[in-house]
Amino acid sequence: MDPILLIVFLPLLAAIIGGLGNRALGNTAVKVLTTGALFIACALSWPIFLGFVSGQSHEHTVSVLQWVQSGSLKFDWAFRVDTLTAIMLVVVTTVSALVHLYSWGYMDEDPDQPRFFAYLSLFTFAMLMLVTADNLVQMFFGWEGVGLASYLLIGFWFKKPSASAAAIKAFVVNRVGDLGFMLGIFGTFLVFNTVSIPEILVRAPAMAGSTIHFLGGEWDTMTILSILLFIGAMGKSAQLGLHTWLPDAMEGPTPVSALIHAATMVTAGVFMVCRLSPMFQTSPVAMDVVTYVGAATLLFAATIGTTQWDIKRVIAYSTCSQLGYMFVAAGVGAPGAAMFHLFTHAFFKALLFLGAGSVIHAMHHEQDMRFYGGLRKHIPLTFWAMMAGTLAITGVGIVDVVGLAGFYSKDSILEAAYASHSVAGSFGFWMGIIAALLTSFYSWRLMFLTFWGKPRWDQSEHVQHAVHDDHHGHGHAKHDDGTAGYHPHESPLSMLIPLGLLSLGAVIAGLLFHHEFISAGTGHFWQGSVTFSEELIHRMHGVPTWVKWAPFGVMITGLGIAWYGYIANPGFPAKFAGAIKPIYTFVYNKWFFDELYDRIFVRPAFWLGDKFWKLGDIGVIDRFGPNGSAWVVAQGSRLASKLQTGFLYSYALVMLLGLTAAITWVLVH
Amino acid sequence: MLGFPILSLMLAVPLVAAFICLFVNAPMARTVALAATLANLALGVVLWCQFDVGGAQWQFQESKELFSGFAWKLGIDGIALLLIMLSVFLMPICVLASQSIEKRVGEYMAAFLVMETLMIGVFAAQDLFLFYIFFEAGLIPMYLIIGVWGGAERIYASYKFFLYTLLGSVLMLIAMIWMVQEAGTTYVPTLMAYDFAVDAQKWLWLAFFASFAVKMPMWPVHTWLPDAHVQAPTAGSVILAGVLLKMGGYGFIRFSLPMFPQASADFVWLVYWLSMIAVVVTSLIALVQHDMKKLIAYSSVAHMAIVTVGLFSFNTQGLEGAMVVMLSHGLVSGALFLCVGVIYDRLHTREIDRYGGLSINMPKYALFFMLFTMASIGLPATSGFVGEFLALAGIYQQSSLVAFVAATGIILGAGYMLYLYRRICFGDHKNADAAAMPDLNLREWAMLAPIAAAVLWMGVYPESFLAPMRNDIRYVETRLAAGKPVGDAQLTAGKPAAHADHVEHGGAH
Repeated sequence: MDPILLIVFLPLLAAIIGGLGNRALGNTAVKVLTTGALFIACALSWPIFLGFVSGQSHEHTVSVLQWVQSGSLKFDWAFRVDTLTAIMLVVVTTVSALVHLYSWGYMDEDPDQPRFFAYLSLFTFAMLMLVTADNLVQMFFGWEGVGLASYLLIGFWFKKPSASAAAIKAFVVNRVGDLGFMLGIFGTFLVFNTVSIPEILVRAPAMAGSTIHFLGGEWDTMTILSILLFIGAMGKSAQLGLHTWLPDAMEGPTPVSALIHAATMVTAGVFMVCRLSPMFQTSPVAMDVVTYVGAATLLFAATIGTTQWDIKRVIAYSTCSQLGYMFVAAGVGAPGAAMFHLFTHAFFKALLFLGAGSVIHAMHHEQDMRFYGGLRKHIPLTFWAMMAGTLAITGVGIVDVVGLAGFYSKDSILEAAYASHSVAGSFGFWMGIIAALLTSFYSWRLMFLTFWGKPRWDQSEHVQHAVHDDHHGHGHAKHDDGTAGYHPHESPLSMLIPLGLLSLGAVIAGLLFHHEFISAGTGHFWQGSVTFSEELIHRMHGVPTWVKWAPFGVMITGLGIAWYGYIANPGFPAKFAGAIKPIYTFVYNKWFFDELYDRIFVRPAFWLGDKFWKLGDIGVIDRFGPNGSAWVVAQGSRLASKLQTGFLYSYALVMLLGLTAAITWVLVH
Repeated sequence: MLGFPILSLMLAVPLVAAFICLFVNAPMARTVALAATLANLALGVVLWCQFDVGGAQWQFQESKELFSGFAWKLGIDGIALLLIMLSVFLMPICVLASQSIEKRVGEYMAAFLVMETLMIGVFAAQDLFLFYIFFEAGLIPMYLIIGVWGGAERIYASYKFFLYTLLGSVLMLIAMIWMVQEAGTTYVPTLMAYDFAVDAQKWLWLAFFASFAVKMPMWPVHTWLPDAHVQAPTAGSVILAGVLLKMGGYGFIRFSLPMFPQASADFVWLVYWLSMIAVVVTSLIALVQHDMKKLIAYSSVAHMAIVTVGLFSFNTQGLEGAMVVMLSHGLVSGALFLCVGVIYDRLHTREIDRYGGLSINMPKYALFFMLFTMASIGLPATSGFVGEFLALAGIYQQSSLVAFVAATGIILGAGYMLYLYRRICFGDHKNADAAAMPDLNLREWAMLAPIAAAVLWMGVYPESFLAPMRNDIRYVETRLAAGKPVGDAQLTAGKPAAHADHVEHGGAH
């Protein structure tokens, strides 16, 4: 049996057994089963990836079962393993296995653990189906499957109204993107008469310059197909306009945020654009659209990240912003750099989320950073893990020498954007530089607010509850140190081990693999699974020195501002926010996207539904239709009352009379 | 082929059982009904196994001249086979779902069994007038079920149903008489191959359309459906949504399309516009419903609009997709009505806001309800996806506008179904009586599990359902080929040379 089948189906099997077995099997059995399945899948995935790194593995496809055959539209349940898939395999299975392990500790007190672990494994299965898809429809299966799992996990604590609302929002907003994806698949089938990805990619270049009519307008064929598919990617990867679900998705348990809403699912859009890179590259317009959307998102999300107080929301906006970087890379024709950032980001962003989870765990579910402070002494291991994550995301490193994961990947994106010599690329570059400053600022702001300064959690309701429970029956001691007598504890080993391993990844992933991902002449690694221009890679390495050092400069600047505002002069941020109040309010309220969408989509939909129902169906159709004809009949004679009581017989009579007439007619002729 | 007339037997078994039910006590009537429907299901399985996929177009044919050209002619193709399977599959489940009926059980079961005979008859009839009898008479037991065992407003509901249907049937009958006169036969396969004059086709098409559009139902002749569903008992709703609505679609694919291909092509935009309006309008209406059954009824109208656009896309994907949507909707909406029935039996209200937090006390129920909700909104690997995907892929080849508007149903559908699910199953307990409801019992489990299995089967390996009808779809397509409208894509050839310098396959070196 091909290992890919075990990798994909073990999580599904574990999810089914664990989910249906649930209470009958008990917490421990389900946790061992699901976590075990994921560690096996992870252990099988790394050899495949390392095989591609060393150039020994080769692309192959395992077909399992025919799915649909309708005329010329045929597709199978099939698994394609190539470099791109192998990268995703290690990202998905590694982060998922560690998140499963982490959840042993994090979800320890939850009464509903088997369901949680079954959902996590189900998600992993769907994600693996997505990344191994060899046709667009199976990719769509994975796409919707991860959407379902995301919906179930965001709404895991379904008793909370905010959680179930966030779950619906995530699903429905994603469906807007899915509409684009589906139309893209239909269009692709219309043009190429196939949905097989390899066949489409081979034939795409020949269709450059062709035109097609869509919704009444005439379009460049490859542009419209790529943009439709990209709309799907925008939904899943929370790009500007379709991003509103991601911050709300933080209602889910923190391990879910780490796995789904940071490391894996939200990167599916980037994966799709890279997988289809030969298709996107046949349309310069579509490439520019990808770049502009990515660039706009990375800046927009970073601005919001600087103002939020909820620790998870800061990281969520950071994720949104980092995804923007990946799209910029894909848009300027450097899918290698996009995939590299996806790869390193998975480690350091999962680390940051799990670290935040460890902080939240220690702070008795308090998520507001205003009620943290001075935690580095209380939870030192979590502190160091978060430190590794922060150094990685802000891109600490020395040019041409050594650095952490984000240093290699983010810098390569900025260099690619600069070296692309296009208007869109320059826009991406400058947005990326500004956002790198903001990234450094909000990351260090998070660190300083959480781990430095004096404890401020005596005002936190969550902590007060905890203290109250602890001191039940005891006298209340006076505490003037801002702790209210509450002392955060370090997380258990099951949570610290994943933090340690991910820290390792955040530190060395860039150093280990940057050569394979972004250097010139790495055809033996990519094996044609993504298309990029060798020339662009050479230009990337030849960018001016100031371009290479610019990310470092803005990183230090961001750190300095954060230090000034949150360590040296803590009154400054409030004063500054007061001075630019309109801008601050705009940014703090997330550019008012939610309010806008509520006004132009949600409320009108309900209003229209009500009008269509009460005015259309009842007021017009029923009134002039059945009720109206009844009125006519009632006016004409007293037949109506007969109809109402004896309509059945009248009906049967009419039918029989009609039939008799028919047969007579036939007889006579 | 079999040595006995299996189709006649499948018509006779429920009819005999119905007769017995009239004379026995309630528990006995339930047993007889269950046994008869299971026996018919077994016969259905035999039918399916013996059906020669890829063989003759018409199989299991029976013919007996009765009088003056009126004949007892039965026979099925793959399309009819699948719809008969759907009917016999849902019937035992309906009998199980009727446990809460306590009034005149014998008559109730008899009405259901007669309806089973008539439904199978509709799909098996090969004589035009025989079809007409089954088609129209099938509604009589439905009227009775709504009118006798229905809710408080049952008289208004069945009366509305009657008014809508009456006009359509009269027009269709007149058209049928004209056709028989013109073609000189009542034999459906001959009529399917008969080329009526183009002018006549238009009138005939419109007359049939009047009947099928009501049955479907299409906007704006859909307003009988929400009332009928709300008033019908659970099993009545299951059969109504599961099978009776499929008669409209069956009518289109058996009569309107192959018999009047030119008129079908001329009237595509009428169908498209009514369908597009239906998807958007009824989906939005579903969003604001407070009554569970009304919500699902309105969603049915939206789903049936996908069937009509699929049928009128005139290509393999569209036609096959429309058929799969019909089968899938039969299972899924039936299951959703059963899900409503399960909690209605406990709390006796359809008001959505009276429930809430059922995931806590009814986790098994919540799981089934989630599965059917997802199937309804077309999640891949459920039956709903395969049908919707193929139907929309079909219509896209004709018109991207229609495909776009019809596909907005996937957003709106997710909206109203998840909003429903949230209000029923999520949240904390709001009402003590809803919180005290017990989870599924064995009987309810036995109703929902087979449908769940069928929904997943059709989603993962739809070939089982696509294969039997492949040749029959191709036949319809051939009939339609001459008048088929040209798609609006107007794709031109690529000019790769001009762009070759932009594309460098660096990775391939």
